[in-house]
Amino acid sequence: MNNVIIRDFDIPANDFTMAGEASSNVRKILTQLGVSPPIVKRASIAMYEAEINAVIHGNGGKAHVEIDSSKVTIRISDEGPGIADLELAMQEGYSTAPDNIREMGFGAGMGLPNIKKHSDIMEVDTAVGKGTVVLITVYLSERT
Amino acid sequence: MEQAYFHSVTLDKQKCKGCTNCIKHCPTEAIRVRSGKAVIIKERCIDCGECIRVCPYHAKKAVTDPFDMIQSYEYRIALPAPSLYSQFGPSYSRERILQGLLSLGFHDVFEVARAAEIVTKATEKYLTKPDIKKPVISSACPAVVRLIQVRFPNLIGNLVRIESPMEVAATLSKKEAAKRGIPLEKIGVFFISPCAAKVTSVKAPYENKKSNVDGVLSMKDIYIPLMEQMKKQKGEVAAPVILSGPIGVSWAGSGGESSALDNGRRIAVHGIANINTILEQTVQESFKDIDFIEALACPEGCLGGPLTMENPFIAKTNLRHEVEMAEKQAGDTQTEDSSQFVWKSDVEYRPVMKLDDDILKAFEKMQMIDEITDGLPGLDCGACGAPSCRALAEDIVRGIAKETDCIFKLREKVSDIAKELNMFEG
Repeated sequence: MNNVIIRDFDIPANDFTMAGEASSNVRKILTQLGVSPPIVKRASIAMYEAEINAVIHGNGGKAHVEIDSSKVTIRISDEGPGIADLELAMQEGYSTAPDNIREMGFGAGMGLPNIKKHSDIMEVDTAVGKGTVVLITVYLSERT
Repeated sequence: MEQAYFHSVTLDKQKCKGCTNCIKHCPTEAIRVRSGKAVIIKERCIDCGECIRVCPYHAKKAVTDPFDMIQSYEYRIALPAPSLYSQFGPSYSRERILQGLLSLGFHDVFEVARAAEIVTKATEKYLTKPDIKKPVISSACPAVVRLIQVRFPNLIGNLVRIESPMEVAATLSKKEAAKRGIPLEKIGVFFISPCAAKVTSVKAPYENKKSNVDGVLSMKDIYIPLMEQMKKQKGEVAAPVILSGPIGVSWAGSGGESSALDNGRRIAVHGIANINTILEQTVQESFKDIDFIEALACPEGCLGGPLTMENPFIAKTNLRHEVEMAEKQAGDTQTEDSSQFVWKSDVEYRPVMKLDDDILKAFEKMQMIDEITDGLPGLDCGACGAPSCRALAEDIVRGIAKETDCIFKLREKVSDIAKELNMFEG
């Protein structure tokens, strides 16, 4: 059976509040599906962090979520400046966020590393001047 | 074992008009209107009392123990919640209130405020532990703990694993009385409560242990008799028992518990909708630098409890006065070993929102819900008896509602039938 649940969200620029709404929406769906709480948590944190990145760095963008019976994939895309040095951006503590963003408690350089930590697979497709796509996969059952 | 869904919050069917006020405000979508009357889904209700507050017909009520119940014990101890002090104006001092309780037929009083000070000390110690999950969330409000059990399983580990001031007060007051030679079985301990959630936490404790509280009395039931006793008092009234310090008294209102803590960044949240929002943000780790969240389900904290008499804003001013008075008194200085009040068992996740035990079936149901929701008007009018169009779609898939419960769907159907009939006639 080909069961896929799809959700799309807009991520506005300069507004963190809608990012929270989108990931909490996905969290509710996963909870209703009976996915275990630690996995729900990982998916929701990974999605939230990626959305926040799109808000801060990418002038907003889109979130496309697909859930099937074995995994959730979250595609966060923006048409922002892109990441010049991906390897550096993956390092904990590295951030290009401006001071005003840091003052709000964001931009600690934990975004991408945190997404990686909470997802089973993370793929980043980025091009300077074109934008960034972060693809997050979280498996819905604990693999042994 | 937890008793199977005891709830203090109940419905008075005769008064219920079947309106949509309660279904719209319930934080766990636990109420539906069926055949013109509200029905509470027991598995979901967290006894927050929000429906009691919003019902314009007073059809929702909190079941508490009758005052006469105290007569079934030979030695009766009153445990006044600190919010009781806020119910009376400045001429009714804490001393008068406590003395008044004794005149009502209690042999002893133990302020829950005193226990709150012990819990404060224990929480401070708890916050210094290196292995705790932050932000730490207060477990003092039972409605919040139950909300977390139902909707935020990932935050169960953030709860302060210390018993509530009410439980601590019950344990200590019994111990003190027993020390004076009173046999335990003759002692009855009664909490004077501002809310329904506390009743439930005594009758069906979530920590899966028996409560030391023997009965819960409503602040509303005790208000007038207590006032009458206080009016009979003459001259200066002395405190009949050891008094709590200002910290314990301040616990009654929002900000009391959190501002009493020594260090760290603390926030105080009140009102169940606000708490929902804060917990949503906490679960996705939006807060990086908050150490402690005080969360009280009622507006202005326990001062806004559904069983209080006074307007919460007046109560706030009354409480401030009592706190100032307490600052001038020498408070209780006893030190209790707080390790005895650490939770011994865990609070469990209650997956009541789950659509099906089988994930594949849950998937099918979710897709059906999506499909049905798309066909509904999206007005969330509540006329079908569910709080939103999506909730109706869920109910349809769960088999407890039908599409024509939606008046718009019904209208469509009626007009379809009318068209068909016209066709035949024409």
